[in-house]
Amino acid sequence: MSKEHITHGKPLASSGSFFNNPRNRALIYQFLLLLGLGYFFYTIVSNTMANMEARGIKSGFGFLFTTSGFDILMSLVPYEATDTYGRTFLVGLLNTILVSIIGIFLSTILGFLMGVAYFSPNWLLKRLSIVYVETFRNIPLLLQVFFWYFAVLAALPSAQDSLSIGQAVFLNVRGLFLPALVEDSGAAVVYGTAVAAVIAIFFLRRWAHKRQDDTGEQFPVGRVSLALFIGAPLLIAMLMGMPFHFDYPQIGRFNVSGGTSIIPELMALTLALTVYGGAFIAEAVRAGVQSVPHGQTEAARSLGIKESRIMSLIIVPQAMRVIMPLLNSEYQSLVKNSTLATAIGYPDLFTVFVGTSLNQTGQAIEIVFMTMAVYFAINMSISFIMNHLNAKVALVERK
Amino acid sequence: MRKLSSVIAAGLAVGLSVGATAGTLEDVKKRGTLSCGVSTGLAGFSQKDEKGQWSGLDVDVCKAVAAAVLGDAGKVQYKPLTAKERFTALQSGEIDMLSRNTTWTHTRDTSLGLNFAGVNYYDGQGFMVSKKLGVKSALELDGASACIQAGTTTELNLADYFRANGMKYTAVTFDTSDQTRSGFESGRCDVLTSDQSQLYAIRIGLKDPSSALVLPEVISKEPLGPVVRQGDDAWLNIVKWSMFGLVEAEFLGINSANADDMKANGKPGQKRLMGSEGDSGDKLGLSADWAYNIVKQVGNYGESFERNVGAGSPLKISRGLNAQWNQGGIMYSPPVR
Repeated sequence: MSKEHITHGKPLASSGSFFNNPRNRALIYQFLLLLGLGYFFYTIVSNTMANMEARGIKSGFGFLFTTSGFDILMSLVPYEATDTYGRTFLVGLLNTILVSIIGIFLSTILGFLMGVAYFSPNWLLKRLSIVYVETFRNIPLLLQVFFWYFAVLAALPSAQDSLSIGQAVFLNVRGLFLPALVEDSGAAVVYGTAVAAVIAIFFLRRWAHKRQDDTGEQFPVGRVSLALFIGAPLLIAMLMGMPFHFDYPQIGRFNVSGGTSIIPELMALTLALTVYGGAFIAEAVRAGVQSVPHGQTEAARSLGIKESRIMSLIIVPQAMRVIMPLLNSEYQSLVKNSTLATAIGYPDLFTVFVGTSLNQTGQAIEIVFMTMAVYFAINMSISFIMNHLNAKVALVERK
Repeated sequence: MRKLSSVIAAGLAVGLSVGATAGTLEDVKKRGTLSCGVSTGLAGFSQKDEKGQWSGLDVDVCKAVAAAVLGDAGKVQYKPLTAKERFTALQSGEIDMLSRNTTWTHTRDTSLGLNFAGVNYYDGQGFMVSKKLGVKSALELDGASACIQAGTTTELNLADYFRANGMKYTAVTFDTSDQTRSGFESGRCDVLTSDQSQLYAIRIGLKDPSSALVLPEVISKEPLGPVVRQGDDAWLNIVKWSMFGLVEAEFLGINSANADDMKANGKPGQKRLMGSEGDSGDKLGLSADWAYNIVKQVGNYGESFERNVGAGSPLKISRGLNAQWNQGGIMYSPPVR
């Protein structure tokens, strides 16, 4: 084949060289591969279906619309034993998302604090960070889940001998019980004020930014924002005569009733995921900070930036370029690790759906497939969001 | 391209090989051991002692099948399974049979591709509470938290019972029997609910067994029995008749001590079961002394019961429903003829 045929990518007229054209060849092979893969999966699926039918195992997704008949410990949406397996799926999914979000949020805070503490000139703080990372990173997560659940939380007193703060907050082996906020008429106005405050803060920040750009004068945005966010709704609430009341938990014959509660399974799992994930995030933060050349710190000092702000204004924003991709995978493994809930009975998707529902219906293939698809989707969304954030912190290159 | 086609061919081979299943009897004979699914540890039914030896009422069914098929009750490979794992293990062929305090229900019999081979223990669901609570009846449990093992019929019965009686409860589920017990002990729940036989077994495992009380209510029927895969009728017959062999031996008055004597000098019915008359073994595809091996090596059902859960065990469960039909119970074997 002559050189110009490659550069222009045109096929030759003769049939022999059509096949020799690299583009055509690539297309043909890819098509064949696709065909082969398609046939491969088709065989597996049809084979499985045929075998299941031959063995008398029921299949299909009809079970999603039949009554489950069992109860679930904790649910974010109303759920009863008379609801369907479809609803069970939703309950499990929401519980998984709940523990993942709390875990990601708390482990990020803990990880950043510990990661930055490593660079502290304070001897104690630096050692604390090292000991924390080395301890929790090296102990299997399942063991940590058991530790928090069976060693720490199970040691709390029984419901009748609860630890309490002013008979309003109770802590016992059944969980943490808090007063629930019940809205009376007029509560919506207070909520509206809070929303208005958030909008006001947004504009305040823009204004303060612009003023600093123009005049160099700084405005205490943080403190004013906080005052606005708490003060304004509180003022309105007081003017309206407090349109709220609390539903206090009470110790009943068996359990603490009323109020809201956080079950110990959720507490144990969150603690374990946070502490474990935090250790890895701390390492990611340390790596990120170390990737910023020391010259940056010196430059900041010579510009007269306050020592206490160098980290947050100069170092961390640059370190984020290294930290972000690492955070992505940490968050994804945290979501996957949340399936360890099954060891202590926290009703996440894995426990409720792959555990109980699978065993009650026996429809293993459908249920496992659905659950795999869900974790895949959750992690793809995390990846999508994190890649988006990563693009924002990435070095902007000249086009 | 050659690589690709070999990958596809390998994939197809994997996909196709799933379909091929030989007879379980041939598999067991060829392997020389019976692979039997049992619980992860439940006193009286299937538990492992400090020497690693399994014993229990359910284990004796495994042993009986091994004795009938291989002539040696010791040739069993035990696979401890949680409630959640048990059916998948059987469906996938990991075990030859399941003998793990499993309730015979309509759903399990009809939709899982499994067959129940009979009932080796008639049970019912009950409640265990701490004596401290002062509860005397299950109807006083409104508002209580209940510890349950996940993936059991217990979970469903409990929901039905509280709903039927208009009571509220919180379900706290655990993976294994041991975890359920430690949940109850730590006070995570007020009541532990399970099959009555299991409640007695779990109670023994408590740090202070006298602190717990089993309530009188029995809220469900729980016929427990061995399970096999659907579609292998020869194997189903073997497991079914191994179990009946245990029961029939007791009915005919044959036990491990007098089995030799009965085989030689028994009445016609006794001789027929022991294999010195008739061809019961041949019809099952087994040796003539299949039932003799069971009784000689494992004992009859009564012996197994007393040894594992009855008077000779720490559980001290009375025969009740599990006595022979002519002794006030409902244990009944079809005649061997």
